[in-house]
Amino acid sequence: MSRSVQAIRFESVSKSFDGRNVLDDVSFDVPRGTACCVMGRSGTGKSVTLKLLMGLLKPESGRIYVNDRELAGLSSRELVATRKTMGFLFQYSALFDSLSVAENVAFPLRRHTRMTDGEIQASVRERLAEVGLENELDKMPLELSGGMRKRVGLARALALKPSVLLVDEPSSGLDPITTLEIDNLLMGLKAANQTTMVVVTHNVPSARRIGDKLVVLHEGHIVMQGKAEELDKSKHEVVRQFMESAEGG
Amino acid sequence: MTGSFRRLCSEAGLLSVFASRAIRGVLRRPLELREIAHQVFEIGWRSLPLVMMSGLAIGVVLSMHTRATMERFGAEALIPTALAIALLSETGPLMTGLLVAGRVGAGLGAELGGMKITEQIDALESLAVDSFHYLAVTRVVACMIALPILTTVMNFSGLIGGYLAETVISDVSLRVYLGQAFQGIAFADYILPTVKTTVFGFIIGTVSSYLGYTATGGSEGVGRASTRSVVLSSMLLIVVNVVLVRIIQMWLRDRTL
Repeated sequence: MSRSVQAIRFESVSKSFDGRNVLDDVSFDVPRGTACCVMGRSGTGKSVTLKLLMGLLKPESGRIYVNDRELAGLSSRELVATRKTMGFLFQYSALFDSLSVAENVAFPLRRHTRMTDGEIQASVRERLAEVGLENELDKMPLELSGGMRKRVGLARALALKPSVLLVDEPSSGLDPITTLEIDNLLMGLKAANQTTMVVVTHNVPSARRIGDKLVVLHEGHIVMQGKAEELDKSKHEVVRQFMESAEGG
Repeated sequence: MTGSFRRLCSEAGLLSVFASRAIRGVLRRPLELREIAHQVFEIGWRSLPLVMMSGLAIGVVLSMHTRATMERFGAEALIPTALAIALLSETGPLMTGLLVAGRVGAGLGAELGGMKITEQIDALESLAVDSFHYLAVTRVVACMIALPILTTVMNFSGLIGGYLAETVISDVSLRVYLGQAFQGIAFADYILPTVKTTVFGFIIGTVSSYLGYTATGGSEGVGRASTRSVVLSSMLLIVVNVVLVRIIQMWLRDRTL
């Protein structure tokens, strides 16, 4: 079976919590090797979109495809296999606080590969070097700053060299310089490994830098999707407010 | 009232589903042996000082009470036996269960609750790991392994405590004391009440994991999960103990007949 151009397809997906529709008939797709930034105000279902993509939540209706496989139709074994091809950087990094930096990054390698201890250590160093933290191997997550935790989270998400990377608010709580560093890391990854990315953010400058395509969510619906330049020309009030708000800061 | 009752029923139902999933998980292979060993260390080894100290103190107190009673009937020679029966059949297993429910139940509830709130459980899933099997099942199995071992330590510490209390009054040797203690005790008197603590371990592990897994509402939710773990597992443990004691008594009677 030939692979489709789209690495991710969201088809008419709806999801609600306690009777409140968080996503309502949402559809978008992400071509392979490109980055899609999902934007919107807080509580518009951005993070839920990522969790649906990872299969951590199930949609009430609609279909979600990752690498041509529909998540709802997967057995638990198949879901595990699909997840191994994906990485997830959580908003607050979600590092295992009982494990050191190196152990966090080594965790997926120990679980899913037959690599020797030496190979794992080498791979961990390589991943941490990519995010500029090769000297922080033995630190515990609580000893790290927010930006460092994000970078360790990214190194862990990349440990199995995923073809799809989901990133939740990479710039939240970070200063502009660290934000730029993280953005550059993500852009470098996309260029070097052709990684498909879905990045949730409400930082418009970040989205402009990273995203080949931007999706604006509002009250559970997609109000517009397209390139940044197309969104700039939009007359839709929410899109306009969003894009203009970034120019001031 | 109806709302509270409905919530209680719903919670009991969800806990039962969680427990049956845990049982299926215990039977599923491969078990996470490395994590189980780590949890046995965390739950068992780290509870040892508490269990030993409590055992010694309980032994001393039980011995003092037993002496006060036995002296009235001139049966001081039976003090070690009476103490051993009290410890092995009920005091040791139940006290160990309650102590572990307090120390470990609170810890597990808070640990898993914290992991839930900080999305570490989601992170495990996203790394293609079955979080239930890795976190809940391992802790339930570890509790089931640790409880009988800790109970044996509690029983032994209790006997030593009893001996220490006796040495204040008489100059009996440890060897003679232990010889008297085990005189009227069969192996079944020790093994059945001790094995029943695996059920206590299952209760503590399951209840604490369930409440941690379902924690919501930030640090306050974690605190609530921790407190409820102790209260609910202690309560269930005491109630289930009544049933288990009855079963053990019936079993022992059938064997004697």
